[in-house]
Order: sequence, then C-alpha cells, then structure tokens
Amino acid sequence: MSLGAYLARRTGGLLLVLLVTSFLVFGLLYLAPGSPLAFILGPRGGTPEQIAAVTAQYHLNDPFFVRYVAWLGDLLRGDLGYSIVYRQDVSDLIAGRVGTTLALVSMAALIIAVVGISAGTLAALRGGWTDQLTSSIAAIGLSTPSFVIGVALISVFAVGLGWFPTFGSGSGGLDTLVHLALPALALSVASAAYLARITRASVLEERGREHVQTATVRGLAPGYIVRHHVLRNSLVPIVTVLGLTIATLIAGAVVVENVFALDGLGSLLVRAILQRDFAVVQAVILVLVVAFVLVNAVVDVLYTFIDPRIALGSRK
Amino acid sequence: MTTPSTTSLAVARVARERRGAGLARAAGDRLGVVGCIAASVLLVIALAAAFAPVVAPYDPDYPDLLASLSGPSPAHLLGADALGRDILSRLIWGARITLAGPGLVILIATVVGTLLALLAAWRGGRIDTAISWLLDVLFAVPGIVFGLIAVAIWGPSLITVVCGLAIAYVPYVARVVRGAALRERNMPYVSAAWLQGQSATGITFTQILPNVQPIVVAQAVSSLGFAVIDLAAVSFLGLGVQPPTADLGLMVKSGFDSVLRGQPTEAIAAGTLIVLIVWCVTVIGDRLTSSARSMR
Repeated sequence: MSLGAYLARRTGGLLLVLLVTSFLVFGLLYLAPGSPLAFILGPRGGTPEQIAAVTAQYHLNDPFFVRYVAWLGDLLRGDLGYSIVYRQDVSDLIAGRVGTTLALVSMAALIIAVVGISAGTLAALRGGWTDQLTSSIAAIGLSTPSFVIGVALISVFAVGLGWFPTFGSGSGGLDTLVHLALPALALSVASAAYLARITRASVLEERGREHVQTATVRGLAPGYIVRHHVLRNSLVPIVTVLGLTIATLIAGAVVVENVFALDGLGSLLVRAILQRDFAVVQAVILVLVVAFVLVNAVVDVLYTFIDPRIALGSRK
Repeated sequence: MTTPSTTSLAVARVARERRGAGLARAAGDRLGVVGCIAASVLLVIALAAAFAPVVAPYDPDYPDLLASLSGPSPAHLLGADALGRDILSRLIWGARITLAGPGLVILIATVVGTLLALLAAWRGGRIDTAISWLLDVLFAVPGIVFGLIAVAIWGPSLITVVCGLAIAYVPYVARVVRGAALRERNMPYVSAAWLQGQSATGITFTQILPNVQPIVVAQAVSSLGFAVIDLAAVSFLGLGVQPPTADLGLMVKSGFDSVLRGQPTEAIAAGTLIVLIVWCVTVIGDRLTSSARSMR
C-alpha cells in the first residue's frame, strides 16, 4: 500500500470515529431524565427569553436528526454553544483554558519520557539491586493515584518546605513553569512507572539478540552498542506506550487540575458538571475525546516511521 | 519387606495430604511469595471492611468536636479529622466502599465483556466485526470520562459512577477474552463437541468458557486496581460518593483541607490505604496474568 492510500484510509477511519463520538456526545442530552429544556435550565426553569435562546441553540423545534446536523454544523463553524452559568460563548471559555492543560500535559509527557526511559534502561542494563529497587518503586508508583501524589507533594514541598506555590497556574513564562512543576510531577508518576517497566522488558529482550552479541564480540564500545543497537531497536514498544500514555494524560489532567486548582479544561469540566452547565460539559468532553482519538491516530502512523519493518497499515 | 497393603496405604495418605494442601498449593504456585503476601494483606483489609461494625472502634460518623484535628493518641489511634470523627474507624468503613464499588464495576464489565467476546468469537463474521467496532469506539473515550459523563447526566452518586465506569471497562475485558476464545474455538476438542451434536451455546459455556476462565479472572483482577483508582478519583473530585459517607477518596479530599492547616494525618492514612489496596490487587493480577499465559 502506498503512503498516500494508507494515510487516506487512516483519515477516513478517523473521521468515522469522530462522527460517531460527536453523535454520542450530542445524544447525551437526550439520555438525561426529563425534557432537554428542563434539564438545561435546571429545576428553577428559565425566563421566556432563556427558553427561547436554549430552544434556538439546540434547535429543539426541529426533528432529531436535523438537530444533530445543525449542531454539527455549528460545531464545525467553531460555535460550541453558550454557557448559561458564565454567560459567555463556550468556545471563548475553552480557548482561555486550553493553554494551561496543554502546558501541563506537555510537561508531564516530557518528565515521563525522560524518567521512564532512563529508569527502565538503567534497571535492565545494571540488573541486581538497581533493578530490584527500580522495579519496586515502579510497582508502588503504578499503584498510586495522581491525586494522592498531588496531595503528598503539596503537603511536603508547598506547605512543609514552601519551595513551590500551592495553587494556581501562575502569570506566564517562568512563573507558570514553577506553578506547573508539582502538578506535572503528580500527573506523570504512574505513567513514568509504567513506561519504565515497558522499557526494561524491551531493552532486556533486545540485549539478548544475536546482533548485539555480534557487536560486543566485534569490540564496539558498550555505550555505542546500547545507544545504536539496543535502544534504537527497543523503541517501538516504548513509543507505543508513550503515545498511548500521553493520550490518557488528557483525561488524567482533569483530576490533577482540580487538586492544584489550575484553570484548565479539567477544572472547567468538573465545575460545569457540578453547576449543571450542560453546554460546557458537552463541549469539553468533545474536546477531550477528539484530542484522545487524534493522539492515538498519530501514534499509529508514527510506528511506520520508527520501524521500517512494519508494513503500512499492517499493525492495528 | 513392604507388603502391598502398606504401600497402597502410603499412597493413599500422600494423596490425602495432597488434596488437603491442594488449594493452598495451587494458590501458592500461581501467586508466588510476593503474590501470597499481597493476597493475605488484601484478605485482612477485606475482612476488616466486611466486619466494620464489629472491628471499628468508633461510629464513623460520630463527631467528637473536642478531639477535632487531634493527632494519634491512645483514644484515637490515628487521630481525628476536622469534625472530630475517628480516622481509623472511617478508614475501616471507607474500605468497604473502596472495595465494593470497584468490585461491582469489574463484575458488571466482566460479565458483559465476556458475553460479548464469546458471542463475537463463536459467531464470527458480521457479528464479530460489529462487536469489535463497538469496542473500538468505546476505546476511543478515556475511562474516567465515562464516569464523568454519567455524573453529568444523572447527577453525582456512587451508583451513577459505577455504571459509567463499568461501560469503560467492558472493552478491556472483551478484547482479551475474544482473543483467547478465538484460539480455543479452533481447537480439536471444540470440533469434537460440535460433531457430538452439542449446541453452540452448550459448547460456549461448557467447553470454551472453562478454558478461557483463567484469562477472564486475571484480566478482571488486573482491571480492578485501575477501577479502584478511577472511582477514588471521581469521589475525590466530589462527583462520586457523597459526604458524610466514609470513603477513602473522599477522605483524601477532606484531609487535603487539613493538610493546608498543617494536619496531614487523615490524608496520609487514606492515601496510604488506597495505595496498599491497589498495590495488592495489581500484584495478584500480574501473577495471575503470567500464570494464565504460561498455561497456554
């Protein structure tokens, strides 16, 4: 299969999944008890103007499928609806907060990649006590929820030692980096532990291969062998897991942002759920799911570039 | 000289001893040393939680305002929370929900997922394609988001979150079981049962299911650890179990406010117990998974 055909097929499948998820997110409103109007406006009902506005926004006077198509059309034009709690366009609300979430997830991804890969490689190459210790720490890290780590970090480094701020996402630049350090750490622990495990197994497997023995016998420097013969070949499972992990970080950020009171998408979502601000809930969930699906798709395409042995589209 | 009768007696005795130790040995072989330790710890926690009314020293909801935010003392072994409720008692009661909630999530997900997987593996063709596609769509949504969606629609409560998360865990069970069932389906013993005239449902439940059972159990236990984390996280966000019910995720949240006032006992105790439970479950799950794989 040519690259063009492969990408076209992948994009087609991706669009189909996005279409289905958008339909499901749209349909959420109709799973709710009571009429959509009563659900959105809450138990107190609304003024006639509000009722008219909600009816227009959700096209409630049209048949079901027309409503969906109209909603999808609004979505594609960038109109995500109107928040009745914030009295603001949802797209503006999201645009103001997506940066924090993006910065948090990127920082966490960086920590996961660096710590996970180096710890896993170290454990595999050193063996013995280093391996035992790393594996035990990884097992505990894997069992610790991000919010527990977040509370512990705040307790020690913010309240106890006073090195880091407790809450908020800072005022930009270096200040934001300092504010996001603890949240990113809390978000990354479990995934870094998982990546370390995968890296260790992958490096161990690769190290026993014949081509590595050959390289050793030929007298190449150990460091060179590790970098060019072992790590390069064990990259496929590592990158797979790293990619999937970054996708799950998007959901994990929901919890961590609430621990550290960051003004990202996750805290917006939780507040919207508690305040029954349905337009915001729908839009944020849609953004999270689309981001999750997109990252997964990118990882899938990346395989073929990392490992030329994998034929296009043969791995699912 | 040994008479035949003493030999057969000895054989019988060995056989009897084997049978007596059989269950323990089977568990030991499958779990290993660390796995056995994890299983014992988990058993102790589960028993304490099950007999919470007897084991807990205090009523978990009784506020002793004079003891509010007091540290560990002979009267309150782990101290008291901001409302003066005994932390140890709340841990024991909280472990009930922290074990039962995720247990229910995994039970539902395992039953639904296994049935879907067996159906897909046996019927194949279009039904298999449709089920696999459904699982792919479910995979497209991160697990905890299902819990949040359920809460957004039906309001915050334990049952809502359990139902939402159960859907999220169905594809994880179904994908693994479908793979295993497909392998079994092509085995000669299945063809033999088919030739003997056994019905499709009969073969699925009396032949294939018992053979994929170790994989089902291993997958269920492994997923349980993640479900404990997810459910505790949702409760921590204030969207799951509602106060004043004792729940470990909720205790970390209420303990978090005390942390800021320099009294971290409640948060540390609840957090540690969550980690311990998840660690035990994960270790057991890992061991069961590798023993199920090696049996193949």
